[in-house]
Amino acid sequence: MTVQIEGSQAVAETVALCRPDVVAAYPISPQTHIVERLARKAAKGEIGRCQFLNVESEFAALSVLIGASATGARTYTATSSQGLLFMAEAVYNAAGLGLPIVMTVANRAIGAPINIWNDHSDSMALRDAGWIQLFAEDNQEAADLHIQAFRLAEELSCPVMVCMDGYVLTHAYEPLDLPNASQVDRYLPPYSPVQVLDVTAPVSIGAMVGPEAFMEVKYLSHHQHLRALELIPELTGVFEQHFHRRSGGLCTPYRVEDADIVVIALGSVIGTIKDAVDELRHEGVAVGCVKIGCYRPFPKQQLRALLEGVTRVIVVEKDLAVGMGGIVSADVQLALKGPVHTVIAGLGGRSISKASLKQMIQAARGERLADPHFLDLNWNVIDQERSPRRDTRRAGPMAEQVLRAVNAIGVKLI
Amino acid sequence: MWQIRFHGRGGQGVVTAAELLALAAFTDGKYAQAFPSFGSERMGAPVAAFCRIDEKAIRLREAVMSPDALIVQDATLLDQVDVFAGLAPLGYVLINSPQSLDALHLEEFLSTLPNGHVFSFPASDLGLKYLNRPIANAPLLGGFAALTGLITFASVESAILHKFPGPIGEANASAAQEAYEYVTTHVTVLRGDCP
Repeated sequence: MTVQIEGSQAVAETVALCRPDVVAAYPISPQTHIVERLARKAAKGEIGRCQFLNVESEFAALSVLIGASATGARTYTATSSQGLLFMAEAVYNAAGLGLPIVMTVANRAIGAPINIWNDHSDSMALRDAGWIQLFAEDNQEAADLHIQAFRLAEELSCPVMVCMDGYVLTHAYEPLDLPNASQVDRYLPPYSPVQVLDVTAPVSIGAMVGPEAFMEVKYLSHHQHLRALELIPELTGVFEQHFHRRSGGLCTPYRVEDADIVVIALGSVIGTIKDAVDELRHEGVAVGCVKIGCYRPFPKQQLRALLEGVTRVIVVEKDLAVGMGGIVSADVQLALKGPVHTVIAGLGGRSISKASLKQMIQAARGERLADPHFLDLNWNVIDQERSPRRDTRRAGPMAEQVLRAVNAIGVKLI
Repeated sequence: MWQIRFHGRGGQGVVTAAELLALAAFTDGKYAQAFPSFGSERMGAPVAAFCRIDEKAIRLREAVMSPDALIVQDATLLDQVDVFAGLAPLGYVLINSPQSLDALHLEEFLSTLPNGHVFSFPASDLGLKYLNRPIANAPLLGGFAALTGLITFASVESAILHKFPGPIGEANASAAQEAYEYVTTHVTVLRGDCP
């Protein structure tokens, strides 16, 4: 049924339909609305036998789920930003133990300076922890990806992170087709683990593995991810048969046929990029875009196939490898074995406008993009800040000074 | 596509107002998107929220920089925030204030907008009358439906009742109804085309 609903509420409703046995969470913006709704539903007994646990930290949330998952329970949590970092050790453990936990990451910047708004720094910080990472373009996809995530996780015995842009999606009200219980039940069979912790037949999991076998265990993790590259297109195909819409997938092209320039991005910014592509096409520019829907495992071959013959590739990413440049663009470069433009955009929730994207694409055509290019960076503030610092040897926080400079220069609109 | 920007203060229900407008448009069979501002949200601090309404699915995610319509929930913001930034040349402005546009020193400033596109009325008074609280968002939405014709009043009412079931929703709907009638009566000039 199509409803006008907040992204977080849609995700909570969809997760509930996936019949989790244990949900453990600690509140952090902008993820909070999701687990609030799940907590209310669990308390009312609307999620079957689901146990909702309020825990003392994100580290505890994921640790509880590791234990619960090992007993054979279907488990779920959601977090953001510092919350994800705080559970980092458990994030690696969940993957290393092969536990099919599903977690929403409502993407948010990482401090300092403290900032609650959207970028992809949090998920990117844990991209190599062994979890599958799926990124949602809109709230329909965010909801749908959770259904796919449970099935994927349980078929591969590998945890899955569903990444959705904080505020931009979690707090956006938009229309979407909310699935019903029988649809989800037909797509997602009950969890049947190969081995469970059971007090009547004690076993231990998480044993020490020394140099004689550690590399083999790690290789098998990598192997599971390679299998995911085959399984994801298959599962999205089955999903389409059941739900009559395309959602998810490794990477999705938009108007790339005959394109000279292709813009690659993850998450909700793809919507704005598509509008920019349409307008530029109208102006005669042969441009298209590709959404990377699955960032880990990274769909190298699929991307290479989509971008064959494209002369110019631009990666727009909401993260920054300080001292290096782009994170996604480095992966894309490796996949294509060719040069790409890196565009860092939208850090800390800065709005990414269609006009700026169009201007940037035109600049790339004219070879006028810095590497990396920072979209809509306020150079007045940067110049003002760095000139006196060049000559003086000083250390310490600089955020407040930048804030004063920004207000003095008056770029703030709202 | 219509783009509407709401200005208010934290705690006044700015985000809720944008959501209600989106829900009303959805009820009218249109596509709609509502989302909060990318600014600091504290009780009393200036906040903004956005709504887009279109006949086709909406993909754009940028903040609304060039609004077709502005809804100002708190007239004290007029001296603090550039609420009119980017307003479309044929745009609409609805302000919650007991003062006339002239008394707000806006008459001349907004004189380039078409007749019947700008209006101020004491929406908070209707909140006080029906809810015992100076909550202006429901009356402003009723007024907005009357001013622009973008959404039907029936859909505004149904959005309010959907979001707030029970007596609170009914009181809000009554406040919105009186605002709708008030604005319909007081804005006598025929509406122009969509900005």
